[in-house]
Amino acid sequence: MNRDELKKMRDEASAREKKTWIRVGMATCGVAAGAQETFFALREELKKQKLAVELKKCGCVGRCSAEPLVEVAVEGMPTVFYRHLTKDKVPQLVESHFLKKTVLRDQAVPLEDPKQLRIVLRNCGVVDPDSIRDYIARDGYAALAKVLAEMTPEQVIEEVKKSGLRGRGGAGFPTGLKWDLTRKVPSDQKYVICNGDEGDPGAYMDRGVLEGDPHSVIEGMMIAGYAIGADKGFFYIRAEYPLAVERIEKAIKQCHANKLLGQNIMGSAFSFDLEVRLGAGAFVCGEETALIASIEGRRGYPHPRPPYPSVKGLWDKPTCINNVETLANLPPILAKGAAWFSGIGMDKSKGTKVFAVTGKVKNSGLVEVPMGTTLRDIVYAICGGAAGGKKVKAVQTGGPSGGVIPEQYFDTPVGYENLQSLGSIMGSGGMIVMDEDDSMVDITKFYLGFCVDESCGKCAPCRVGGTQMLRILNRISAGDGEPADLEKLRDISLAMQKASLCGLGQTAPNPVLSTLRYFEPEYRALIKTPASSGK
Amino acid sequence: MDIEKTDIEDIRRNVEEICAPWEGRPGNLIMILHQIQNRYSYVPRRISFEVAKRLSIPLARIYEVITFYNYFKLEPPGKNIVSVCMGTACYLKGAPSLVERLGQELGIKPGESTRDKNFYLQVVRCLGCCGLAPVLTVGQKVYSNVRPEQVPGILAEYRQGAVV
Repeated sequence: MNRDELKKMRDEASAREKKTWIRVGMATCGVAAGAQETFFALREELKKQKLAVELKKCGCVGRCSAEPLVEVAVEGMPTVFYRHLTKDKVPQLVESHFLKKTVLRDQAVPLEDPKQLRIVLRNCGVVDPDSIRDYIARDGYAALAKVLAEMTPEQVIEEVKKSGLRGRGGAGFPTGLKWDLTRKVPSDQKYVICNGDEGDPGAYMDRGVLEGDPHSVIEGMMIAGYAIGADKGFFYIRAEYPLAVERIEKAIKQCHANKLLGQNIMGSAFSFDLEVRLGAGAFVCGEETALIASIEGRRGYPHPRPPYPSVKGLWDKPTCINNVETLANLPPILAKGAAWFSGIGMDKSKGTKVFAVTGKVKNSGLVEVPMGTTLRDIVYAICGGAAGGKKVKAVQTGGPSGGVIPEQYFDTPVGYENLQSLGSIMGSGGMIVMDEDDSMVDITKFYLGFCVDESCGKCAPCRVGGTQMLRILNRISAGDGEPADLEKLRDISLAMQKASLCGLGQTAPNPVLSTLRYFEPEYRALIKTPASSGK
Repeated sequence: MDIEKTDIEDIRRNVEEICAPWEGRPGNLIMILHQIQNRYSYVPRRISFEVAKRLSIPLARIYEVITFYNYFKLEPPGKNIVSVCMGTACYLKGAPSLVERLGQELGIKPGESTRDKNFYLQVVRCLGCCGLAPVLTVGQKVYSNVRPEQVPGILAEYRQGAVV
């Protein structure tokens, strides 16, 4: 396919778009809530009523707590989202909305939100993830076409540098710089890897994108491959995400069929191919060097850096590893330009960030906000605050590598540096809301227990330090703690941070340190002091 | 299917079928193990022996990988695999009490199968359905917003002779 053919396909596809349609959100969360049954029931009911309505499946719109979620458009009426639309409500919906042209008020839910801005999730919940035509109709692969026809790899890297895009996997390393480093290493073979090993418990942004808009990640991979000079890319995806794997594999096949992957893509000198490799339930494999070991078919042990993967990565060749969300940002950046992207967000954090807001919150789901949005806006204005009339106590960001942020800091604008100065991290985007009933010692035990389970055991600070800290925490919550325990926790934390081999061990103490920083009285309340035990 | 009683030629045929498409592709071992587990629901020892021969690698290379990754099972699980999600959202919303109740009802701990091999109980990492927390799955079926008192009813759907 060349650029003109792509344009023709886009025009044809958008000309075919109907004015009356139904979209059913069928990502994992929707399917789990019964979206598949809803879909079949809708098909039956439309047939029965002899209605010519285009029925489509799509990815996750983001409002997971309202699943099954159905979006309905009828010519001359505003589009409406219907929540909790289980199969038994289908006849009522069809009768009211399509035959009587009346909106079912009590099922309808407003989802337009001026505080959100969808760049990464631009197509999620809109396109059919199994249709390359849908993606192309929404200007898909136009950025790739522009890059291949008009830009040198160096210009692409310069543009990404200027955009200010930083890695969305957690660490926030500038993407353009990472590419530049990989490009400059001379080698006969280079690789691009998409890190889809989304292991943080309570985070599923990447699943949402892989399932809802697989082609945007593929297009991002191809742009990355062109920029660094790689002709081969790997998707590394968790085996626990079978639907994401299925949709990416299907999308890759479609690209082959349309000659968007393979030799001399769009008539250029650029050749590129993609392959999917599965994770197998090891959290440490989210770490770059461990991930590489896993793709090579070995135990996922990390190794010391340097050498960095950009110099010596997969099969010792220069390798660039980017996160799913980072990659999905690339097509819009290259299509609209660096200035557009860097105009969104705040000083050192540009663009948007997708968060999976879950836990004790009213409307849990995926939200995408410009960097610089306050935590208060995310938790209260967008997600409706705590559920069940409770008070929000804190949010936890960054998963097992992150920390808690108490309610009094909720006016902080979200950015990499800001969250770090509060003792947490941006992380990959998990945001767990905790209410007044949740114990900080308990949640710390949960995260630390996770890291102890997932420590690969290679280096002693992580293997031994984690276990000892967990032992102390168990003792404290059983009521057998000693006042000196808190100092011990701080000491072990420091040793782990300084001496662990990889990111897992270096950041595992973060939940301990941040809860001690803000909620030390909760620890103290559980520790017997000489005075209280004397009673 | 009892793998111990399966004919060796049959095993070799299966191993060949799984390994052939991965011939000569570097890093293929984990992908091959995934397909074995998909077919047999665990990685049987007899299969591992044949895979080692087929790929000309030591058996220890295979076991080194299987024992590192949580996803691979060395024992055949019970017929109905009950998985409780232990992601943070599920944890906060009561997943531990689901594990406790399931343990009581089935008389087993996570990682074990019932004596009649009808159920296997496991605690799994985040399934990514946090909006529906707490979540448990039986086979492919997902149960959302589960309360402990619903556990007996869910299990009853999968008991021997149950009308589904």
